[in-house]
Amino acid sequence: MAINLDAKIPSGPIEQKWNKAKFEYKLVNPANKRKYSVIVVGTGLAGGAAAAALGELGYNVKAFCFQDSPRRAHSIAAQGGINAAKNYQNDGDSVYRLFYDTVKGGDFRAREANVYRLAEISVNIIDQCVAQGVPFAREYGGVLANRSFGGAQVSRTFYARGQTGQQLLLGCYQALERQIDEGRVQMYARHEMLDVVVIDGRARGIVTRNLVTGAIDVHLADAVALATGGYGNVFYLSTNAKGSNATAIWRAYKKGAAFANPCFTQIHPTCIPVSGEYQSKLTLMSESLRNDGRIWVPKKQGDTRAAAQIPEDERDYYLERMYPSFGNLSPRDIASRAAKRVCDEGRGVGPGGLGVYLDFSDAIGRLGKKTIEERYGNLFEIYERITGEDPYSVPMRIYPAVHYTMGGLWVDYNLESTIPGLFVLGEANFSDHGANRLGASALMQGLADGYFVAPYTIGNYLAGIKPGGVDESHPECKFAREEAENRVKTLLSIKGKKTVDEFHRALGKIMWDKCGMGRNAAGLDEALPLIQALREEFWQNVTVPGSGGEVNQSLEKATRLADFLELGELMVRDARIREESCGGHFREEYQTQDGEALRDDDKFCHGAVWEYQGSEQAPVRHVEPLSFEHVHLTQRSYK
Amino acid sequence: MKLTLNIWRQKGPNHPGRMVKYEMPNVDEHMSFLEMLDVLNEDLIHKGEEPVTFEHDCREGICGCCGFMINGLPHGPQRGTTVCQLHMRQFHDGEELWIEPFRAKAFPVLKDLMVDRGSFDRIIAAGGYVSVNTGCFVDGNAIPIEKQNAEMAMDAAACIGCGACVASCPNASASLFTAAKIAHLGLLPQGQAERDRRAVRMVAQMMEESFGYCTNTGECEALCPKGVKIENIARMNRDYLKAAITYREESAPAGGS
Amino acid sequence: MSTIAVGGINRTALFYQSVIGKKVIMAVTGFILSGFVLGHMIGNLQVFAGPEKFNAYAAFLQGLGPMLWVARIALLAAVGLHIAMAVQLTLLKLDARPQAYVKKSALVSTYAARTMIWSGPIVAAFLIYHLLHLTTGHAHPDFKPGDVYANFITGFKNPAVALFYMVANILLAFHLYHGVWSMFQSLGVSHPRYTPILKRLAQLYGIVIGLGNVAMPMAVLTGILTL
Repeated sequence: MAINLDAKIPSGPIEQKWNKAKFEYKLVNPANKRKYSVIVVGTGLAGGAAAAALGELGYNVKAFCFQDSPRRAHSIAAQGGINAAKNYQNDGDSVYRLFYDTVKGGDFRAREANVYRLAEISVNIIDQCVAQGVPFAREYGGVLANRSFGGAQVSRTFYARGQTGQQLLLGCYQALERQIDEGRVQMYARHEMLDVVVIDGRARGIVTRNLVTGAIDVHLADAVALATGGYGNVFYLSTNAKGSNATAIWRAYKKGAAFANPCFTQIHPTCIPVSGEYQSKLTLMSESLRNDGRIWVPKKQGDTRAAAQIPEDERDYYLERMYPSFGNLSPRDIASRAAKRVCDEGRGVGPGGLGVYLDFSDAIGRLGKKTIEERYGNLFEIYERITGEDPYSVPMRIYPAVHYTMGGLWVDYNLESTIPGLFVLGEANFSDHGANRLGASALMQGLADGYFVAPYTIGNYLAGIKPGGVDESHPECKFAREEAENRVKTLLSIKGKKTVDEFHRALGKIMWDKCGMGRNAAGLDEALPLIQALREEFWQNVTVPGSGGEVNQSLEKATRLADFLELGELMVRDARIREESCGGHFREEYQTQDGEALRDDDKFCHGAVWEYQGSEQAPVRHVEPLSFEHVHLTQRSYK
Repeated sequence: MKLTLNIWRQKGPNHPGRMVKYEMPNVDEHMSFLEMLDVLNEDLIHKGEEPVTFEHDCREGICGCCGFMINGLPHGPQRGTTVCQLHMRQFHDGEELWIEPFRAKAFPVLKDLMVDRGSFDRIIAAGGYVSVNTGCFVDGNAIPIEKQNAEMAMDAAACIGCGACVASCPNASASLFTAAKIAHLGLLPQGQAERDRRAVRMVAQMMEESFGYCTNTGECEALCPKGVKIENIARMNRDYLKAAITYREESAPAGGS
Repeated sequence: MSTIAVGGINRTALFYQSVIGKKVIMAVTGFILSGFVLGHMIGNLQVFAGPEKFNAYAAFLQGLGPMLWVARIALLAAVGLHIAMAVQLTLLKLDARPQAYVKKSALVSTYAARTMIWSGPIVAAFLIYHLLHLTTGHAHPDFKPGDVYANFITGFKNPAVALFYMVANILLAFHLYHGVWSMFQSLGVSHPRYTPILKRLAQLYGIVIGLGNVAMPMAVLTGILTL
């Protein structure tokens, strides 16, 4: 089957591509917009922004989220900030520099044109959010404040205390509620998307389950946008919300949307370590903490002394030692791997030796407790609540955890997947971060896609088609709905011995051990049959209590896990074939003498794009070659 | 530690509910409260019983999904903490706990500890926004905002919409929730144009949803996991009073043309 | 779409229908009544200055003629509105939480704040009795029109009556303890720096009124004041 991987990048100089594209996009006459309908799945920054913006333009929008309210999407948990190339600090920032940093930070596995557009739009995002009343931090003069963030040497991060994601999401949610009030957006909260409906080769709708009544319905539209976030929960333990899942993108993949770079997962260096078997999720401590905190472990292996008992010269501030110019602000993948390395050497701290110190005593000495409290007070509180330890007096213990997935559905420059009419926004797509995302760039991408890209590109798509034309009696609708109903019925009827969470933990363990921070051929080769066997066992031995016609959280988890069990396999396949190390994908066989990621640009300077071939056959791997005309391929160095 | 839990079990919105007793013989003090319930649920599933339904998502205290009453207090005994961030070290061995859903007419119980808080969304939809379309902006630094005002706006905007204020209020009032949004936007220059309209419409919607009224008891402020202050309610009252005097009615019916 | 329709509604009706409007009426009438309570107490404390002074004060009030009736009607209207709002708001409250908690705790709210709905009606009942007792004399066995001082002393000689007065005034003090600050909050007067002070002053106000009013029947009972 032929798959079209034309990225549709506009011609011309990189600075003019987006303007050129916007001019060339076809427009829908204002009077005709209300005749078109768009489905938006997910109400985080990308989905919420897109639904609001499309509603403002006059389209009929149906927005879906599985939570009880669109305000709860997991974008809300982003703490640190959002990047924008405003150069308000006069410290040498520019659109070009943000573009450069993002391509380099992504270890040269992202499309230059997309990244440039993202950097260009970043400045509008801040203006838009300020206009909505997002209470960004300000200086005494009343102007916006900035801070620096991992992987950047300029201060370009805008923030609202440690709740930037929340405030941006609330801005977006309020814009969405306004459209709901005006009748332009119909909101379906507590609805989970179970499948996409493809008719005559175009995405025409989705199948949903009402999580209160259990009703499974088909919703049709002229275009579908998925903004359903990442798939980090394949690891069971991650910083994602418990409900974050891959079902929407996975179902789209199985209906013909290609999946790109599934193995690119980001491990965040600063999370609170696991405390016991019952652990249900991992809590991130914002990366901004690394601005003032110093990371260290004892020089000696198995040193069990309390932090305060270890003298200065017996501490190893390993990031400062290994990466003198970036030090504690080294990019996430580098900081995470360094932590793993020192823990593997037996120098980790805390229970199980899986932790490193993040120490604020120097900063408190230098700036005073009050300043530190102002900057990080709420983060310190979170830490104390969870661990019972006071980070003002005892250093925090942190360890890396799965945080973000750079991989996702393949999209072209217009954010359209390989299924025409199916657009993918935000973390759900693969486009902008390459093999590693820089801190404070996820919020930027979500809002860029939602407010400023999708409204144009979806409009362009709609202008080329006639509205309507199908109804629910179409055989494809019936088929998709019946398929979803049957899956639910099957899951409820297995009545085995193991709970969904037990299977999920088992999958998570395989993924973390074999396809986590460090990967190798042997481990990946082992993982594949393990996942397949687990999946088989799941379908024979899972127990899902309750019925399908009511609130049933076990059933929700089961439908999500069923898809994770398939996605995990694709991640392993992708990681196995990519015989190089880049960004978040670290193949132990491919490293420099200092233990840094060693890319192989001759063989792997491309996006790996997977095409589903049915349940009986292995998926096919295509490639989208990447060329770097502006940011030249170099070995990333943060020394 | 060992705990005895009395948990409200209710099959659906139109079913009667009741307290059911569960013994938890082995609770680790480092568990979060929700992890303790996870353990109970795994156990219930293995026994062939239905697990306890409770809402949760981010489990880091920001999404606002979780929340129920523990011993008569929303989110439990620790101040400034959502139930997902509440850890078992806050309880002692042998303690007996009463766990029930938030109760208000505007928060109907859907199942067990899960309630429908759609009324909050409708209050926001009535006016909790700045009416700017995407693209209608000036440079972010074009209008300076006094740091103190920006901070106060942020204090109010920290609301996570969990509903603890309603649950704790003897009158089941949503004043703190509504006031937080009115104050957040009213403190910023961007929110001035719609200030009157916002107050009038949001307060009207709050009543429409059958929330009670505020008797200034201060319970909401004390139990708000994000420390939203009742001075925001005074601000709402002030805005509402002013709007009631000066607001010109809309010529078109509310809800657009 | 939200179900509200602001357009076309009469502004006064809108205000009156809203919970905040009702609370404002509550606060304004409460303000009038708490002011009256203070004046009433100060005036009556003159009883300690002896029969002549006290009876002269009473005569002065009677001599106000139409002014007295204006004040009486205003006060009656304030009481009426205050009670009407209280009834309406209580009904709203019952409607807002139809199913009670199995277990409910309170963290910071004062006893006074939570019992406004009890202190209010009891004080109202007391008010009626008080009017019948010392103003019109219908509930006073030894009522002598014109001799206010004598009515005062003979009235409180009965321990049951004095006790009822004291209990009611303690409840009134409770009511003011929460209500006086609360009315500022309802009217939107709040400032992070001054509100705590205001709250203390309001509580002091309640305590002073309580002490002053309890002192009078107490003085009769203990024989400090006699005929």
